[in-house]
Amino acid sequence: MKINKFLTTAAATLGLALSPLAMADEYRIALVVKSLGNGFFEAAYEGAQEAAAELGNVEVIYTGPTSTTAEGQIEVITSLIAQNVDAIAVSANDADALVPILRRAQQRGIEVISWDSGVAVEGRSIHLSPSNDQLIGEMNITLAAQSLRQTGAESGQFAIMSATPTSTNQNIWIEEMEKVLPNFPELELVDIVYGDDLADKSYRETQALLSNYPDLKVIVAPTTVGFLAAAQAVRDEGRIGEVYVTGLGLPSELAGHVDAGTVHSFAIWNPIDLGYAATHIAYDLLNGSATNEEVSMGRLGTGRVDHEGNVAMAEPFIYDASNVHDFADIF
Amino acid sequence: MEQSAKLPIPNTLSTPLKSLLVRWETFLLAVFAAVFIAFSVTSPYFLNVWNLSDATFNFTERALIALPMAMLIICREIDLSVASIIALASVAMGYVAQTGADVPLIVLTGITVGLLCGLFNGFVVTTFGIPSIVVTIGTMSLFRGITQGLMGNQVLRDYPFEFAFFGQGYVYWVFSFQFVLFLSCALLFYILLHRTNFGRRTYAIGNNPTAAEFSGIKVRRHKMILFAMVGVMAGVASVLLTSRLGSTRPAIAFGWELSIVTMVVLGGVNILGGSGTIPGVVIAAFLMGVVTFGLGLMNIPGIVMNIIIGLMLITVISIPVIMRRIQQHRSRHL
Repeated sequence: MKINKFLTTAAATLGLALSPLAMADEYRIALVVKSLGNGFFEAAYEGAQEAAAELGNVEVIYTGPTSTTAEGQIEVITSLIAQNVDAIAVSANDADALVPILRRAQQRGIEVISWDSGVAVEGRSIHLSPSNDQLIGEMNITLAAQSLRQTGAESGQFAIMSATPTSTNQNIWIEEMEKVLPNFPELELVDIVYGDDLADKSYRETQALLSNYPDLKVIVAPTTVGFLAAAQAVRDEGRIGEVYVTGLGLPSELAGHVDAGTVHSFAIWNPIDLGYAATHIAYDLLNGSATNEEVSMGRLGTGRVDHEGNVAMAEPFIYDASNVHDFADIF
Repeated sequence: MEQSAKLPIPNTLSTPLKSLLVRWETFLLAVFAAVFIAFSVTSPYFLNVWNLSDATFNFTERALIALPMAMLIICREIDLSVASIIALASVAMGYVAQTGADVPLIVLTGITVGLLCGLFNGFVVTTFGIPSIVVTIGTMSLFRGITQGLMGNQVLRDYPFEFAFFGQGYVYWVFSFQFVLFLSCALLFYILLHRTNFGRRTYAIGNNPTAAEFSGIKVRRHKMILFAMVGVMAGVASVLLTSRLGSTRPAIAFGWELSIVTMVVLGGVNILGGSGTIPGVVIAAFLMGVVTFGLGLMNIPGIVMNIIIGLMLITVISIPVIMRRIQQHRSRHL
């Protein structure tokens, strides 16, 4: 009798625990991040929740390991498979090591996408990149034009501060910048220098730029290390207001320079949008409304899917005095 | 005196012997059962053979190393370089696989590199008499450093398709190769520690190395063998993990040494040496595996999970100590 009673209670408890499953139209989408306690990913979660609120029947499970290891993410994904979630959206610590476990997830009927930091093609259906090379190139030149207007000049010289001469990303972005330059006749590219992503070398290269080109108006640095060092050099040389630094940087590092006036505006991906778009894409796949060419990203429009399943979210997000402090706390 | 003559040969000279050890394992087993039932009731996904089978992958590699590690700690030594040995062995396998080698050669490479690393640790510890905690903290950085130096930001992933069996394959139904291997090794190490002269010597050295030396035990050689065994098992774990990940990166198995030592200590092995059992370590491995998996099913954040595992370790270890204190206190007043 006692055993019977225990069983009924256990069954009742099980039933209670199972009841969320009964709502069949509820999609459970797991947002797996590189590690917990990172402001960038907390912001992505915020975006995912925003998307879930819009969609209505989505529950977002925000999870990840405590340190940025592939093994930790595999443990987390194992438990998500066991929970039979509907979709997994992962920012991977290792593009290859996660493939076996993610394939297992796919075999059990779970939709898998990666975002921010991708997984090899075999392990996911779609990868959402924050942006693409062309958009990044365009954005850097747009920002340079914006900074030039701040100096009050109609037209002027600008230089590019890159990382190493062999850096693939940097070289592609510079190429893309040069492609759109003809659309900006007010900008004259005078030099490309390489700070090797070292603070001191970037600083010295900036000093050299400032003395070699006295009329220089803007320095574009599509690298966070070079950006910070260049802004520091401009400030130390007392050229605030005459020369602006822009490019790709982090709000937390640059908020002070925006206040000081060395930086007017700069760009980087917006983590909130990233989490938002990832959730929308996962939902679109579950819903069956995604096609091989297009996926919906909610308020961010439609994403184009290339032959390897890559989707670029948007052009980098612009930060200036109006929003940099809000994001400085995040990343 | 009369009483002690009736007892079997003790595993340790200082504590009330086998009875306590038996009680320790019973206690751990009870905790395991309680946790298991609690999760079965609270999570609808827990009691599913495939889910439980999947969950074993998360701890068997570490548990494999915990077996010889328990013997090493009983013998008053420790090896903190095991995770770095995994990394070095994995890189070696990756390079061998790149040359188009077949599966047996890849596996042999991994295990041999593990063996050599273990022998190196054992050699430095026994020849120069430096405490093993110092030596293996050194080799922890050394082996990992070599790995990073060799690979940089590279990934090695030219493993043949059949190689995936070790970390992803099943022997029968839900029983993975990893899991069956772990159970077999647990049995082997049980026999080695509890049923052979080698095992008795391990306890003897752990309780009193000087006395052991004088009674004719070759202490240095014995420790050398134990270090080599830890190295070999780290090599085996490296084969399993590399196969499970299907690729090698320098950060592989980063930070694993601590969770392996945690398993051993939770299993009732005295961190100062001299006592402990293989069944205890095996139950502890299962306990840690089940707790991590169960909390994972509830999507409890890893940070909270670490706190819970830390508290569990302290509680489980302190309860018997407190109980013993109370007992001693009572008997003194009788």
